[in-house]
Amino acid sequence: MPRLVSHPDEVKIVTRRFGQGAAQIDRYLELGGYEAVKKCLAQGPEWIVEEMKASGLRGRGGAGFSTGMKWSFVPKQSAKPKYIIVNGDESEPGTCKDHLIFLHDPHSVIEGTIIAGLAVGAKMGFIYLRGEYRYLLEKMERAVAEAYERGFLGKNIFGTEAEFQIVTQSGAGAYEVGEESALMESLEGKRGVPRIKPPFPAVVGLYGGPTVINNAETIATVPHVIAMGAAAYAAVGTPRNGGTRLFGISGHVERPGVYELPMGYNLKKMIYEVAGGVRGGRGLKAVVPGGSSTPVLLPEEIDIGMDFDQVGKAGSMLGSGGVVVIDDQTCIVEFAMRTISFYAHESCGWCIPCREGTDWLKKTLTRFHAGFGQPSDIDNIRYLAENMLGRTFCPLGDAAAMPTLGFVKKFRQEFEDHLHGKPCPYARAGVPQLTVV
Amino acid sequence: MGARVDRMSVEQKKSESMPVFSPELAARLDALVLKYPVKRSALVPMLLYAQDEVGYLSDAVLAEVARRIGISELDVRSVATYYSMLRFKPAGKFNVQVCTNISCMLRGGYEVYERFQEELGVAPKGVTPDGLFSLEEVECIGACCWAPAIQVNYDFHDELTAESVPGILDRYRNLAQNKEKNA
Ligand SMILES: Cc1cc2nc3c(=O)[nH]c(=O)nc-3n(C[C@H](O)[C@H](O)[C@H](O)COP(=O)(O)O)c2cc1C
Ligand code: SF4
Ligand code: FES
Repeated sequence: MPRLVSHPDEVKIVTRRFGQGAAQIDRYLELGGYEAVKKCLAQGPEWIVEEMKASGLRGRGGAGFSTGMKWSFVPKQSAKPKYIIVNGDESEPGTCKDHLIFLHDPHSVIEGTIIAGLAVGAKMGFIYLRGEYRYLLEKMERAVAEAYERGFLGKNIFGTEAEFQIVTQSGAGAYEVGEESALMESLEGKRGVPRIKPPFPAVVGLYGGPTVINNAETIATVPHVIAMGAAAYAAVGTPRNGGTRLFGISGHVERPGVYELPMGYNLKKMIYEVAGGVRGGRGLKAVVPGGSSTPVLLPEEIDIGMDFDQVGKAGSMLGSGGVVVIDDQTCIVEFAMRTISFYAHESCGWCIPCREGTDWLKKTLTRFHAGFGQPSDIDNIRYLAENMLGRTFCPLGDAAAMPTLGFVKKFRQEFEDHLHGKPCPYARAGVPQLTVV
Repeated sequence: MGARVDRMSVEQKKSESMPVFSPELAARLDALVLKYPVKRSALVPMLLYAQDEVGYLSDAVLAEVARRIGISELDVRSVATYYSMLRFKPAGKFNVQVCTNISCMLRGGYEVYERFQEELGVAPKGVTPDGLFSLEEVECIGACCWAPAIQVNYDFHDELTAESVPGILDRYRNLAQNKEKNA
């Protein structure tokens, strides 16, 4: 069972009901659940969208797009049915926050989905969980069944004219299906190959209908925004970055875990105070601030506030909020190799720069780490990654290229230390170096 | 020609007399296709649920799924080959999936993976001779803050060390034995 952690600096909004049995509907109701959706039914769609805009809530899936804006792009009139999709594919290495939401507070996801439906005029929502999350899918399915029993889902929800249906869906293993259009393909029973954009999902999405797709944390936040009021929610964060975030701190820290902290919380403090500092009193070498696709930060670059804008200014991204901490006895070349192996494995193969680029980067880095590097490799890695940037069909190509570039630029010396057939100077004890592929 | 037609009819009879899925799964899949505005949306979960029962996507499973959705077998195969959890060969009764991605790697994911290889005496992607366990290295399974983590079939085990490996295997061995006894 995933361990829950806690720290005095946390501001518990989304995690407020964690560990309190709220997966059970009566308990959820006792804890104030399904009040926000009732408020929304009374206030109407325009009000909901305006509240979301005013809250400063930005998408927790990675890109940080304003949720209220996204909802406002959905056309009012549509010949085809409109849909809501909850993205619970959660596959970005370093990210495990949605896991806890599904486990501890599945009804908040349902409530948020209904509110999104009311806001844009959709009558059906899909909650898509990665295939590995079977026990969480079962939790979600039980919660959905409870909501139907109470008349919170179906026709005439909460005794009104409104209708809303929820369908749960299991994936079957694919990081790329987390990309919004690839997820829609998967939901339509196809290979998870992304679609060309435009048209954007808000106009042409699932089954060709206007579709809102949001991350599970974004959706689970919605009822809290409505309940506490947009202004109060916005005030918790920093300008243009409303509220809190579920930061998952993993890697070499004393107290890894998912902590809910205000947007803009200092990264250095997050590592040294909230997560208890680097494990075993070791030194800090690097920090990946927002999931494996975000460029690495050096120890001298982490005195920054963790919101979309400040991390962007520091040359990286807030991404999925997965902070991966790396100590000074870790080999960055190996870390870069493991990162790119992931992207090579997950590339859907649809476009050449990503399919070939990730594969060549993986081969080069594997050979390099095994001690068969050439001096020209370092620049070749850079050249390869630079040529992927912005030239791929979907953002997975960038997600692979950006961190790779960060590693070679910021740790060039360490790459050079690997040259000339020398063994890895930072190899971890007991871990054999990989053989050449 | 005549012989071919005969063979087909024999196979057809065989598949009629030997259903591919249990009555429970068949009922579940009947309900599954009704959930969606479009039947085909049931395809990916249907393949996974079928695999859960049968163990892998055999030719018979693929054909049956194609029939249920009303698309060609080729179409089903094209989709099935995309998803990493779907397999076309049997795995062990307990499929051990060890995450070695970054957060797990930093906290000993490879050491855990190697210990499983030693304890089970199998290479990556191998199945033990008794068919009880199979082992594979997987990408991030969404348990990074509780690393290193593994899944045995759908069960998560987290905050592991190499030393916790034998105990986990014993638990599943006992589970298999008790099931046999009760059967
Ligand atoms: C390769 C790739 C993988 C992604 N994986 C996920 C994911 O697992 N979960 C998620 O919510 N968003 C993921 N996204 C982002 C989605 O495309 C989409 O932007 C997001 O679900 C929108 O929700 P939000 O506005 O609430 O953030 C991924 C994007 C890419 C390019
Ligand atoms: S960048 Fe291209 S190959 Fe890579 S996942 Fe996206 S579409 Fe597929
Ligand atoms: S990196 Fe292993 S669970 Fe995420």
